[in-house]
Amino acid sequence: MIDAVGLRKVYRLKKREVVALDGVDLHVRQGEVFGVVGQSGAGKSTLLRCVNLLERPTAGTVRVDGDEVTALRGRRLREARRGIGMVHQHFALLSSRTVAGNVAFPLEIAGVGAAERRRRVAELLDLVGLSDKARAYPAQLSGGQKQRVGIARALAPRPKVLLSDEATSALDPATTTSILELLRELNRELGLTILLITHEMDVIKRICDSAAIMESGHFTESGRVLDLLATPGSRLARSLFPLPATEAPDTVALTYTHASDEPLMSELTRRFDVDVNVLGGAVEDVAGRSVGRLNVQVRGANRAAALDYLSGKGLLVEEVTAR
Amino acid sequence: MSWTAELAERWPEMWPELWLGTLDTLYMVLWATVVTLLAGLPLGVLLVTTDRGGLTPAPAVRAVLGAIVNVGRSLPFIVLMVAVLSLTRLLTGTTLGPTAAIVPLSIGAIPFFARLVETSLREVDRGVIEAAHAMGARKITIVGRVLLPEALPGLIAGLVMTVVALISYSAMAGAIGGGGLGDIAIRQGYQRFDEYYLWATVILLVLIVQAAQSLGDLLIRRLSRR
Ligand SMILES: Nc1ncnc2c1ncn2[C@@H]1O[C@H](COP(=O)(O)OP(=O)(O)O)[C@@H](O)[C@H]1O
Ligand SMILES: [Mg+2]
Repeated sequence: MIDAVGLRKVYRLKKREVVALDGVDLHVRQGEVFGVVGQSGAGKSTLLRCVNLLERPTAGTVRVDGDEVTALRGRRLREARRGIGMVHQHFALLSSRTVAGNVAFPLEIAGVGAAERRRRVAELLDLVGLSDKARAYPAQLSGGQKQRVGIARALAPRPKVLLSDEATSALDPATTTSILELLRELNRELGLTILLITHEMDVIKRICDSAAIMESGHFTESGRVLDLLATPGSRLARSLFPLPATEAPDTVALTYTHASDEPLMSELTRRFDVDVNVLGGAVEDVAGRSVGRLNVQVRGANRAAALDYLSGKGLLVEEVTAR
Repeated sequence: MSWTAELAERWPEMWPELWLGTLDTLYMVLWATVVTLLAGLPLGVLLVTTDRGGLTPAPAVRAVLGAIVNVGRSLPFIVLMVAVLSLTRLLTGTTLGPTAAIVPLSIGAIPFFARLVETSLREVDRGVIEAAHAMGARKITIVGRVLLPEALPGLIAGLVMTVVALISYSAMAGAIGGGGLGDIAIRQGYQRFDEYYLWATVILLVLIVQAAQSLGDLLIRRLSRR
């Protein structure tokens, strides 16, 4: 749905150049939630702004739903932007308009008639649960409510994709949860493709199907979250499931991305006559699957065979401490 | 007899002339306000949009406009009035009377108001402007439906300041034959040394300024949504 190839963005300042994007390839599939995570200054916002051409990339092309947006200018570009919704960290609502007026704004821009606008606004406010606030002004709303208005506004022209620039970063944890749930719901129910950027790993864990880690202008890892979790040495896996450091000898980190029906640990002891000791870790829902990452101490003569058996069962086995 | 009692006693005799003076002052200020609004608002918008990082960056245009505005702002009004006398004659056929005074009043107030417009427009959240771009809005739409409405309370505050400045300029215009309350103050109060005329014009000018300010404050309160 979104395909960016070889994206570069160089900001020319008076004395120096800032390379904000340094060769990014981004592929977001239709109907998925794709998260880009990275520290402040990594180039995440620049990447997002290159997708709807708020910034024109220095090099590279961007296609959204097949249309090469980087080739568009003027009226054609403005029309293309109406198919790309955007949600902003600081909401960016018009303070002089009511909630309903804000949601109607992109429809006015698109030339939608007054009656149709009213109908669509009511529908959207219902969707985000703010029907009772239609006549309120943004200053009278909480942060979470403002972001709901931002989301309703972004969805008004029925975009194919939604871009979200740190949509929950200005919100408290409980409100963050409700906004993430709303985004997930919109993704599932409307089939909306979402590209979101965040500096919080937790957001990736909670709603993303695919993710990329961004660092100084490029992706260091990118792919389906479940695939990345099953990749040895993945930084994403380590960041999503940080395991406590351990000095215990013969410890391995086990990662599994689908729950097993078999009682694997007891099977190990029985078949290979090894001692198994779970030291710590977590099991959580990621991308709709139960994913676990555990530090497990495995000791005994048949240790190597036992670990092979686990690998054979589809678990990722990584040595943590020297034997 | 006390000062106030004397003023009260003289009032009926002074009133016909004061009333005409008030009407002349209101006439000058009102028309000058209309002209200032029509010219100063677009000028202020251009000062913002032509700036670096603005909607339509044009550094050369911006430099020229900025220079013109600065010259207008730095001229003392009394000097400006004399300087534009020939333009006044060209436009109104005379250099005397309230209609003639509208020309220098407007020319003096336009740069003043344009700067105030510029300041309020700059306070509009850049994020909102960017959001409008992301929605596919045209630049003219962004000016008309984002910049101006979002800055409206500030624009009205600026207009009120301009009206108050125009009232005080109009009194100065009176000094060189512009008519109005300033004219009365100079002729009766200064040249004939009739201090009651002087006080009466001061009272009327203060009342007019107060009325303008209160009306403006009321409007701003009703429009402010922050
Ligand atoms: N308009 C700009 N002009 C100059 N430098 C910029 C501009 N926007 C971003 N940058 C620089 O580009 C880099 C990436 O910024 P950004 O994309 O905002 O990162 P992130 O969103 O990951 O925090 C930073 O070094 C930032 O200072
Ligand atoms: Mg950012």
